[in-house]
Amino acid sequence: MTSWSAVVGSQCLSLHQGHLPTCLCVFQRMPAPIRLRELIRTIRTARTQAEEREMIQKECAAIRSSFREEDNTYRCRNVAKLLYMHMLGYPAHFGQLECLKLIASQKFTDKRIGYLGAMLLLDERQDVHLLMTNCIKNDLNHSTQYVQGLALCTLGCMGSSEMCRDLAGEVEKLLKTSNSYLRKKAALCAVHVIRKVPELMEMFLPATKNLLSEKNHGVLHTSVVLLTEMCERSPDMLSHFRKLVPQLVRILKNLIMSGYSPEHDVSGISDPFLQVRILRLLRILGRSDDDSSEAMNDILAQVATNTETSKNVGNAILYETVLTIMDIKSESGLRVLAINILGRFLLNNDKNIRYVALTSLLKTVQTDHNAVQRHRSTIVDCLKDLDVSIKRRAMELSFALVNGNNIRGMMKELLYFLDSCDPEFKADCASGVFLAAEKYAPSKRWHIDTIMRVLTTAGSYVRDDSVPNLIQLITNSVEMHAYTVQRLYKALLDDISQQPLVQVSSWCIGEYGDLLVSGQCEEEEPIQVTEDEVLDVLEGLLLSNLSTPVTRGYSLTAIMKLSTRFSSVNRIKKVVSVYGSSIDVELQQRAVEYNALFKKYDHMRPALLERMPIMEKTASNGPTEIVQTNGETEPSVPDTKHPPLVTQPANQANDLLDLLGGNDVVPVIQTTLPTKPASAGGELLDLLGDLSLSGGPAPAPVPSVPVSQPPFLLDGLSSQPLFTDIAAVIPPMTAYNKNGLKIEFTFERANPNPNIAVITIHATNTTEADMTEFVFQAAVPKTFQLQLLSPSSNIVPALNQGSITQIIRVLNPQKQQLRMRVKLTYTHKGLPVQDLAEVNNFPPQSWQ
Amino acid sequence: MQFMLLFSRQGKLRLQKWYVPQADKEKKKITRELVQTVLARKPKMCSFLEWRDLKVVYKRYASLYFCCAIEDQDNELITLEIIHRYVELLDKYFGSVCELDIIFNFEKAYFILDEFLLGGEAQETSKKNVLKAIEQADLLQESETTFASSCVKLIL
Repeated sequence: MTSWSAVVGSQCLSLHQGHLPTCLCVFQRMPAPIRLRELIRTIRTARTQAEEREMIQKECAAIRSSFREEDNTYRCRNVAKLLYMHMLGYPAHFGQLECLKLIASQKFTDKRIGYLGAMLLLDERQDVHLLMTNCIKNDLNHSTQYVQGLALCTLGCMGSSEMCRDLAGEVEKLLKTSNSYLRKKAALCAVHVIRKVPELMEMFLPATKNLLSEKNHGVLHTSVVLLTEMCERSPDMLSHFRKLVPQLVRILKNLIMSGYSPEHDVSGISDPFLQVRILRLLRILGRSDDDSSEAMNDILAQVATNTETSKNVGNAILYETVLTIMDIKSESGLRVLAINILGRFLLNNDKNIRYVALTSLLKTVQTDHNAVQRHRSTIVDCLKDLDVSIKRRAMELSFALVNGNNIRGMMKELLYFLDSCDPEFKADCASGVFLAAEKYAPSKRWHIDTIMRVLTTAGSYVRDDSVPNLIQLITNSVEMHAYTVQRLYKALLDDISQQPLVQVSSWCIGEYGDLLVSGQCEEEEPIQVTEDEVLDVLEGLLLSNLSTPVTRGYSLTAIMKLSTRFSSVNRIKKVVSVYGSSIDVELQQRAVEYNALFKKYDHMRPALLERMPIMEKTASNGPTEIVQTNGETEPSVPDTKHPPLVTQPANQANDLLDLLGGNDVVPVIQTTLPTKPASAGGELLDLLGDLSLSGGPAPAPVPSVPVSQPPFLLDGLSSQPLFTDIAAVIPPMTAYNKNGLKIEFTFERANPNPNIAVITIHATNTTEADMTEFVFQAAVPKTFQLQLLSPSSNIVPALNQGSITQIIRVLNPQKQQLRMRVKLTYTHKGLPVQDLAEVNNFPPQSWQ
Repeated sequence: MQFMLLFSRQGKLRLQKWYVPQADKEKKKITRELVQTVLARKPKMCSFLEWRDLKVVYKRYASLYFCCAIEDQDNELITLEIIHRYVELLDKYFGSVCELDIIFNFEKAYFILDEFLLGGEAQETSKKNVLKAIEQADLLQESETTFASSCVKLIL
């Protein structure tokens, strides 16, 4: 019925806005809009969302027409109803202007609802809100303090910058009034103004003069808030207000010492809100100021020791006190007191208290590490807490507390936590464990075991970069290779679903498969595994649905690498050729290239698939030194892929002949930034002992981002010129020719670094017998740096039927004349042969 | 304090006070998400949670959740006391307040809140003073009504 008459009414009245003749009113007999409570009751009877919506729409229509009629009497009621419906989630923007009209009304009732409506429906994004400004200005000067209060409240809650600019003067005036009811509101309103328009802060300064002399707690509290805001925003204000410290201390002291004050008492504590705010202001004033910190020392100690801790309110004050003590320049006794309070908090039954304790300890663990360490066991216990936030804090704190002394115990707890924690924690926990293990591992075996544990329990959650990091770690733990590969193999047998674990395992098997099969493990009982079994596992990974494309890449490469370590080469050849037609482009490309390796470049295969050298984690690994190949390689090649250039170790024996022999030595490349010249020794020619044979073999594709190109094309290992722009064609030369052994050098200048000369040696044999166990070693003067890569083989076939190729890279930053001393050893017709020679006839283009 | 929300166990909003400007759509989104998050918490969990870049303090009183979002430097424990003080004020005003009181008298709940907090901070730490101010304001409202035309009894 309401809507019917409203419709009729509106049709007649729309032409008479604001000039409603009373006679019309009579024959329309507009019923009063329903009361707010009535509406609420009605809406609550709705049984479905649709029913509710219908009621709301009906009422909204009524309200709309009522608004159109400019009905003053019921505007307030209508807006109130609108606010209710707005809270239910329905649109109420058509009431915005009505709120403004209510605010402009003379009636307090109207203003109350009007301002409420403004705060709920209007915001500074709408221009409409600016219309409020004048009303607020008037109301700030109203004769009734409750009206002034409404205006202050609204301005302080939602005033935009423009409004604040316009009305700041009024607020400042009220800040100086003696009416404490208004003064306290003005203070908080000023805080809002300053937040919105920081430049206006200055104008409030004079008014702050006597704020702290107030007896009224409301004014005191809000004044402290205002002072805090000003000090936080401006260092000048901060220094200016430092003089208030004694006064603040006094007020705080009174609060603590004074007897029971019923008006402000909360569980036996006098005005905890004010106490907390004062403590916070003291913190800001005392920070980085010795004098202020000293002035507040006593009161802080007093609060810390005298505050009742049985209820939350007391702990709230203690919490704030601790925060203050830790932030100012407090003496150590006080700091220890603070940490002990936190320690006690940790034992509190109230989980909220435990939570804030952990948060605070986390903040102080860096600066007061030892004090926090004392509470380590309690912190570790918190790992078992039921609350997620507490667990997280405890975990972060635990990692912060791990050091060389407690690593074993802590790691045990943390691994146990990793086992049982929620998935959301696993990634962070795993990373934390890896980091801690890397820093403090007591032994290599422990380190590997810890990694294994993480991979097997949280394997799918470890971060992507963990895989290359782990691979590097494993590579560098030389003596643990057999043990590691065995354990990883066993883990694979159990579970192939966790990709990081599978990737690391495949890589290891590919690398150390020979150790696995030979049953060489020292650390634990070696397992009996055949080559076929290993290949079964790896092939299984290729076929499994659980394996991601990246993992498949790892397995294929691992299988390929085993071709130089296992004897079942045919099986491997077959697998590789099958994947030559794989749908996965990455796999296909790899397989095709591996195939090519079997066919055309078989002589290079052993060299390319050789053991990885120890990798150093260098931040800037001089990627500019690295040779680019036919433009297809990834532009950002990660560190571990390229064996960095080697410098002459400082304390290598001076003797020219002091070389490490043996093909199966895993070379130790001491790396430094390539531009650093070798130091030490007066010898002109030092030999790079360690590097004798196997230099950096082809970096395996595994350690990171899948590259579009199989790695063995990198680093110019192929003897064919791979660069598209060679600076100049350098003529080859014969370096050695004796007893039927001829060694030729061919040259390339590296791009982009012209200081590197890449020399490929070709060794051929004109005699009728093969030269076996052929080893080529070279040494260069100190100003050079040399890197010797793996030879293609160690047999020089008789009668020029083939050759050995090997690549030498020489860094010649000073562009000096290249000289080289070479040492050759081989077995010929059953007899060992050894020879030394100097090579001086380098063409100038190779070093200029 | 950035905002305060009161909602029922079914997730129905009973009061929302925003102290930072937000678009309506954003307010709805925040409300929806936060209500969901808080309602999903188990009783044994602590009253604080990290949400977006804010700290959220919440406490359940009977069928109503009181939820405040505070800033990093704010004290969580004292926020719990603020929430408690507000509940005490409502209790004193309505006499053993229950959810229905807040539903049917939501505007009064706002008035009380606005006498206790301003711009997100406590403006009055004395319970008595807050209630006195509300009482006076109510009287003012009533006195106006009695002066108004007699046919209008209760405005709202």
